[in-house]
Amino acid sequence: MLMKKNYQSERHIPAKDIEACGLFGVMNIRGQKFGALKAIEAIKNIKVRGNGLGGGFAVYGLYPDYKDYYALHIMFQNKDLKAKEKTENFLGEHFELIFDEEIPTNPQVSPFCPPLVWRYFVTPKKGEMEQAIPDDEYVTSRVMYINSYIEEAYVFSSGKDMGVFKGVGFPEEIAAYFMLDRLYEGYIWTVHSRFPTNTPGWWGGAHPFSILDWTVVHNGEISSYGTNKRFLEMYDYYCTLHTDTEVMAYAVDLLMRRQGLPIEIVAKIFAPSMWDIIEHLPEKEKKLYTTLRMVYAPLLMNGPFTVIVAHHHEMFGLTDRIRLRPITAGAKDDLVFLSSEEAAIRHVCPDLDLVWTPQGGEPVVVRLNSEDHLKSLNKSI
Amino acid sequence: MYSHLLPEFAVERIEDRCIHCRVCERQCATDVHYYDAELDKMFFHEEACVGCQRCAVFCPTNALFIRPHPAEYRPNSSWNREKLQDLKKQAETGGVILTGSGNDKPYRIYWDHLVLNASQVTNPSIDPLREPMELKTFLGRKPDNLEIDLNKEEVKIKSELCSNVSITTPIVFSAMSYGAISYQAFKSLAMAAKKFGTLFNTGEGGLPLNMRKDYGRNAIVQCASGRFGVDLEYLNAACAIEIKIGQGAKPGIGGHLPGEKVSENIAVTRMIPHGTDALSPAPQHDIYSIEDLSMLIYALKEATNYEKPVSVKIAAVHNVAAIASGIVRAGADIVAIDGLRGGTGAAPKAIRDNVGIPLELALAAVDKRLREEGIRNKCSILAAGGIRCSADVMKAIALGADAVYIGTAALVAMGCTLCQKCYTGKCTWGICTQDPYLSKRLNPEITGQRLINLLSGWSHEIKEMLGGMGINAIESLRGNREHLRGVGLAEWELDVLGVKGAGE
Repeated sequence: MLMKKNYQSERHIPAKDIEACGLFGVMNIRGQKFGALKAIEAIKNIKVRGNGLGGGFAVYGLYPDYKDYYALHIMFQNKDLKAKEKTENFLGEHFELIFDEEIPTNPQVSPFCPPLVWRYFVTPKKGEMEQAIPDDEYVTSRVMYINSYIEEAYVFSSGKDMGVFKGVGFPEEIAAYFMLDRLYEGYIWTVHSRFPTNTPGWWGGAHPFSILDWTVVHNGEISSYGTNKRFLEMYDYYCTLHTDTEVMAYAVDLLMRRQGLPIEIVAKIFAPSMWDIIEHLPEKEKKLYTTLRMVYAPLLMNGPFTVIVAHHHEMFGLTDRIRLRPITAGAKDDLVFLSSEEAAIRHVCPDLDLVWTPQGGEPVVVRLNSEDHLKSLNKSI
Repeated sequence: MYSHLLPEFAVERIEDRCIHCRVCERQCATDVHYYDAELDKMFFHEEACVGCQRCAVFCPTNALFIRPHPAEYRPNSSWNREKLQDLKKQAETGGVILTGSGNDKPYRIYWDHLVLNASQVTNPSIDPLREPMELKTFLGRKPDNLEIDLNKEEVKIKSELCSNVSITTPIVFSAMSYGAISYQAFKSLAMAAKKFGTLFNTGEGGLPLNMRKDYGRNAIVQCASGRFGVDLEYLNAACAIEIKIGQGAKPGIGGHLPGEKVSENIAVTRMIPHGTDALSPAPQHDIYSIEDLSMLIYALKEATNYEKPVSVKIAAVHNVAAIASGIVRAGADIVAIDGLRGGTGAAPKAIRDNVGIPLELALAAVDKRLREEGIRNKCSILAAGGIRCSADVMKAIALGADAVYIGTAALVAMGCTLCQKCYTGKCTWGICTQDPYLSKRLNPEITGQRLINLLSGWSHEIKEMLGGMGINAIESLRGNREHLRGVGLAEWELDVLGVKGAGE
């Protein structure tokens, strides 16, 4: 599983980043693919929510030709070829390599200190003892190994038929650098514009954060960070990046992937209703919500946040229990939008069919071939 | 009286103010004040004064001042006055020096070297007067995960859950037994706990039959080494059961309630003959190992149909973390840790002042160890011993406690002034005495209300501090050491506490 960095005491763990951000996500619920333009234009519209120290995109349906293989987007800081060699040796030991190439970039665009970013399409090469390990677990632990132990190498994303492009700069600069609008199409796009208050630019520190095909873009500061982090450590998640988003990503992984809880339940763990409300619910629901709060109290995400989480076939948005950070949802035909600001949605889709502001703690769940996102409409403000 | 001792307190009476009402004489349980009718004047024996301040507070004209006695030996940092007085006492009696309440020595109080965080800009603080602020806490074992059955719209929990007790504020009254304290004091705690929605702990003296129906649901009943008052009904009347292994004020030591305090009602409650000494052995004689403890835990669970969480209370000693881990693995649902400054009705002074470690360090070590072993969710931690104010509660929770026990703070709310003479049975405040003349000074309705006020005041303060941090539920502070910083602490202390220094 994941590796623990050995600290003599918790006091030696570096302080976490503090940041605010702009978010945008769009999904075609029929699975039709479309280009990057909507995501780029929308995030440009809320430029004030970023400060040019981080931007990134997650795209689903990205590699139809390689959709059965794990697509690893790996960056090598300072274009370190030694790190690349080490990583490739490691990959060679643990995976069958199907295809790899440098992710093409636009030489006309020169962002801050770009790393070398390479993509590898791989499939697990398990030893005899490892046959019982599910592929996802196998890949997760190898990714964690690279992130923890190979200096200067960092895995942007590791899912199938999806990928993360991110870096230091405004998101539209990152998009231009990776030529997203020209080269790629997907049926979900999420994008993030970052406003860190205390981190020097580091390409790995930009959003989306990703493990397997899960990606998280997040805006907010989680006041319960210490509680959440220390709880996740009990489940072998060690927060090496020291950001709130990382905690959120691991919590999603633990609850949704490993424990198999649906987002509707997970939303009630991250952003539970107040006791006053729970006490007035019908007996069955009261019991469910009380038990959830009791058991998962350490995963309550306290403080302001908005998050857009995506994996294949699903994208959902959630804001904190007292709605300290904004989220707006919109829909037009088969497109469903989530964003920190309505303006960003209207900018790319002026003639929306529906637009609504979900309540704190009420997830907007956008699923392929379903209209589940409309459930949150009834409870909107 | 001892022959070579200086008085501990000096009594000063301003004659102009004294109206000879003799309130001081009636209030004093140690006969300090007396009235000379011929001279129409009040006199005093100040060597008997324990400094409880009852007379000063009740004097209608504020004529009395009770201060530490100014007489001094030649100053000496090593052989100070307390040491000399103790030597003289022992030279006269050959006995063990007894004392009451908690350790009063100047060991570092870590609470006073920890500061709390608040939100600025990046994260809004929350105003508890305008928005909900939740202190509800569950005590007991939590499962590793919940299995949930999703059948269409119906959501059902498949996992089997251990019972938990819910409390409205993370503050619980610490174990103080009926016998050690008066019935009135005991009942005050019960009434306040019930009304506020929290718990009181019966201590090892049983739960009087007439209180079980009304207050059982708010009682943690203790099963201690003397096994006083323990039977099936007692266990089942409670909401939780506590096995007392040790006490912060006297780790490794038992208890002794002298026969003269064992009144008829106490005898019935403790299930011992009237007037006999109630001796609690130092260890539980059926627990000589961790597996023995496990057997008792499961015996109690069997006796109560697994409906009640079982707590194990230990004194904070050197290897408390490993012991706590063993306790959780032995099946306990709650671990209560009682620190160096925990109170007592009676303890040998040498032990009270020298045995055990500070709660703050013990708590941090236990929480860390349980997390490292991945079993922190399998128990709740109750922190006890020297919690003086709401900020201490906050800091304890941030270090990792689920809730705190308060004993001394509750006693002070009832009237106690920490004169440390609990073991004499002459508590003028009616708390630690079985003398009906003294104990009737407490009216449980009124004293209970004082305790409720205390809980209410602290809870409000906790809400304010939580709101300042941008947190609106107490569970988000639990173990959240990011919200603590140390001031004036050495490296090793910060390391043990797992807390950064201020500015780090």
